[in-house]
Amino acid sequence: MLVAKPGLDGHDRGAKIVARALRDAGFEVIYTGIRKEPELIARMAAQEDVDIVGLSILSGAHIALTRSTVAALKKANVEGAKIIVGGTVPEADIPKLKELGAADVFPTGTRMDDLVARCKALVGNADAPDQ
Amino acid sequence: MTVQAPGAETLLEQARAGSEAALGRLLSQVERGGETARQISQLCHPLTGSAYTLGITGAPGSGKSTLTSSLASVLRRKEQRLAIVAIDPSSPNSGGAILGDRVRMTDHAEDAGVFIRSMATRGNLGGLSAATAAAIRVLDAAGFQWILIETVGVGQVELDISGAADSTLVVVNPGWGDEVQAAKAGLLEIADVFAINKADREGANQTERELRQMLALQGSDCAWKAPVVPTIATRHKGVEDLFASVESHRCWLESNDELDRRRQSRQWTEVEHLAISRIVSEARAMISPGNHPDLVRAVVEKSVDPVSAAEALISGRPLKSKHE
Repeated sequence: MLVAKPGLDGHDRGAKIVARALRDAGFEVIYTGIRKEPELIARMAAQEDVDIVGLSILSGAHIALTRSTVAALKKANVEGAKIIVGGTVPEADIPKLKELGAADVFPTGTRMDDLVARCKALVGNADAPDQ
Repeated sequence: MTVQAPGAETLLEQARAGSEAALGRLLSQVERGGETARQISQLCHPLTGSAYTLGITGAPGSGKSTLTSSLASVLRRKEQRLAIVAIDPSSPNSGGAILGDRVRMTDHAEDAGVFIRSMATRGNLGGLSAATAAAIRVLDAAGFQWILIETVGVGQVELDISGAADSTLVVVNPGWGDEVQAAKAGLLEIADVFAINKADREGANQTERELRQMLALQGSDCAWKAPVVPTIATRHKGVEDLFASVESHRCWLESNDELDRRRQSRQWTEVEHLAISRIVSEARAMISPGNHPDLVRAVVEKSVDPVSAAEALISGRPLKSKHE
């Protein structure tokens, strides 16, 4: 899976901790680095053919960035990748994000084992390595 | 004649027309293995031969990714279309992996002429993924002129990269003389070109001298002598010279008819590896202890020794125990 940091947000300690937890759960995690445009994230998702695109957003711009990433993924013909959003997301915004196409949302404070279990559920396969 | 999966043919057409999503999916299929992977290999093989493969290996921290990215810049200046496969180790415990090489290749993020794919070793030893040869085949068929394979640099384990690439570049750092003798011997044998990266560090000249001395002592007269090139990848220094060395190796291979000969030899080695790997899995399944409880008991009770037990398994004949 891709762990991406779109937009201008430069704080990636959380994203890296999540990446390691997912690695320990059997995922192959590609970390994109900070400040990535949605088009670049979509290009990486296409080349790597990931199962999940994870957006880590602490800047508050999660609705706009999710919308533009979903559009960019479609334009890049990335089919089948599930989008998840994590970061400073108020509960009230979760339905809107899901409406935009997010398969799941993990606000700050979500327990790591819960996050990992829900990611595994998204790919539905407990054995093979998932990207 | 088996029916081709329409998916595979269509994906390949799309990939050759430039779709990165289609190419990404083809690469995932060959990683997964199985019948679709075989069909993809069959479709791609006749279309291969035009890409030149460069393997890049070296110890972790030697600057391989940065150097790979720099080499890619040189290739782009020469208007070559290239693919980079960056391989990282899978965790032996969880089977997962952090594939972090492409973070160091951001210079090429927006360049349509560079395709980057990360792969995990998934338990395969030797620094490569079991699907590396198949991935190279797909990328070659997709039309890339150069394929750079950046491996897990282990330095002390036999490396498979020279069995997968046309030229192998080994990246070391100054002060390399401190490492284990055995590691050095292995690297000397597989390297077609050496880069001493981080050459601004202390000991660069000495490392260069040592390397040249060791290289002078080995090999026959008509063998290729690996050049040693100091580089500072972070400042793009020495990288043009490094590329020129790789090109010299390529010319040498072509002018000695070595290129085709080596590619054919590598292809057959791939066939052997795949066949042996299948035979081993099937053998393992057949001789699993669960299938032979009586024999297991006989060995534990010491009425049958392990050598005779193995013989019995292979020949399929029931054994007479000591007590009969």
